[in-house]
Amino acid sequence: MSGKQFIERLEKRFGDLVARVELEAIDPWIEVEPGGVIELCRYLRDAEDLRFNYCNSICVVDYFEPDAKKAAKTAWGPHLEVVYHLSSIQYKTTLVVKVMLPRWKEDVPGQLPEVPSVSGIWSTADWHEREAYDLSGVWFTGHPNLQRILCPEDWVGYPLRKDYEMPLEYHGIRGR
Amino acid sequence: MATASTSGIVEIDVRTDEMLVNMGPQHPSTHGVLRLVLRTDGEVVSEATPHIGYLHRCAEKIGENLTPRQWIPYTDRMDYLAGMNMNLGWALAVEKLIDYDLPEKARHLRVIIAELNRVASHLVGMGTYGLDLGSFSPFLYAFRERERILDLLEDACGARLTYSYLTPGGATADLPPGWLQKLTAFLDQFEPVILDYHALLTNNAIFIKRTANIGVMSAEMAIDYGCSGPVLRGSGVDYDLRRDGEERYTSLYAGYAFEVIVEKNGSYPRDHEYPPVPSDAVLGDCWHRFYVRMLEVIQAIDLLRQGIEKYSQSTGDWGTPIKLAAKLPKGEAYLETECPRGQMGFYIVSDGSGSIPLRARARSSCFCNLSVAPELCRDCLIADVPAIIGSLDIVMGEIDR
Repeated sequence: MSGKQFIERLEKRFGDLVARVELEAIDPWIEVEPGGVIELCRYLRDAEDLRFNYCNSICVVDYFEPDAKKAAKTAWGPHLEVVYHLSSIQYKTTLVVKVMLPRWKEDVPGQLPEVPSVSGIWSTADWHEREAYDLSGVWFTGHPNLQRILCPEDWVGYPLRKDYEMPLEYHGIRGR
Repeated sequence: MATASTSGIVEIDVRTDEMLVNMGPQHPSTHGVLRLVLRTDGEVVSEATPHIGYLHRCAEKIGENLTPRQWIPYTDRMDYLAGMNMNLGWALAVEKLIDYDLPEKARHLRVIIAELNRVASHLVGMGTYGLDLGSFSPFLYAFRERERILDLLEDACGARLTYSYLTPGGATADLPPGWLQKLTAFLDQFEPVILDYHALLTNNAIFIKRTANIGVMSAEMAIDYGCSGPVLRGSGVDYDLRRDGEERYTSLYAGYAFEVIVEKNGSYPRDHEYPPVPSDAVLGDCWHRFYVRMLEVIQAIDLLRQGIEKYSQSTGDWGTPIKLAAKLPKGEAYLETECPRGQMGFYIVSDGSGSIPLRARARSSCFCNLSVAPELCRDCLIADVPAIIGSLDIVMGEIDR
């Protein structure tokens, strides 16, 4: 199945939920609306001829430039991208799915943007989502145990955000 | 309270309470700082919860502040037992982004170095696994040979522990003169020794009792949890990125003859030369994960011998490292390679504004392999927990990154 056919099929089935398709990129990717993540992922995993049963990685890229001068030159507006790398053991194919999120929910700093959890589809997503939440500050709704995994429970802030500031001290330990 | 039953046997009624037991953070079998919280009832573990993050070295954050070549030494500090394979993964991801084609000689050089490091890593995996199960000598035997591999790696790159040699564009230098002869001499000495390892562990009755039918993982479960490497193949899934991966990676191995180590119809490739699968072993248990690793050592030796020949016959260049601060094009690239512990993925995102990537992500194989531990440890005995954790062959530096 060619990339075009595959995309047409997805668009037919999911309509507007598939927001954007980039077939020219190094790793071709499709963008899905946050509301359609569960539906799309379940379809990708279960469809007879796709079987994306292996979730390689879930990570978050923070598109944000803290420097106002440099920010004026960037081609993108500030946003977060949740990137799902999937592959199929059976057919040896790979696919990248992306979800675009605002940096903060309703632009209120501190309110985490939300995306549905896919840990019910691939068990490995459980830890990947915890890591993404811990380091990048994305709230995965419906996750069974969304807690920090690499940082301590009482850590403040999300270290992989571009505007994250290293704490000066943590429980009396010097940070810088 | 003791009660005498009618048959005359005295039965002792031992009452057990549920108890929370901390295993680690610093426990000999946890290989680094891993804390396992076990909910036990007597000897039986009903729940095991891994707590990680004690080492967390913020590798991804550092990657966002360094150029790809500057980050190379950080990649090998993640999985310090297989630094060369980690270098290779990141180098290939960067090359994928900048669309760099490798000269033929550099290709063979990479295969030689990566496979040599795989042997060293599996030796540690095997030796420390014996140690976990209370047998000390395999550890000494394994480290004796590993030292010789480290000597070779030291000759090539100058470091013994934090070796870092492969880099985007090829390698940092050519192999020193006479190195290939030394490698051949080592392989000739090493190949017969492997039988000793098998004698020490593989068909050792105590070892089989401790590992066979323990921590059984089905193929579906392994895939669902994103397990990879020997852990995945130990469950019978025929998947190896050296054959099934991306072209940029598999092209390194183009022209090499090798067979993926996985059980097919009850037997492994080349297993007739080594102890057979014991009757109590079940596909997907600790014993199979261990055996896959042992056979991969032989496979790596095969690949090394082919690599030596191909390297000495190929002409041309061993590759030129890209500039330390080469400008990165706009785009993103994700690439996974087959490290000794599993599939290590690197993801690089660049917005095209300079030589520092916007995001450097390391998808760690042990992270996923460890996430299956709570499932495997359910309803096992406390003594089985080290056997299960050890069979996953984890390196905490890679999990915490």
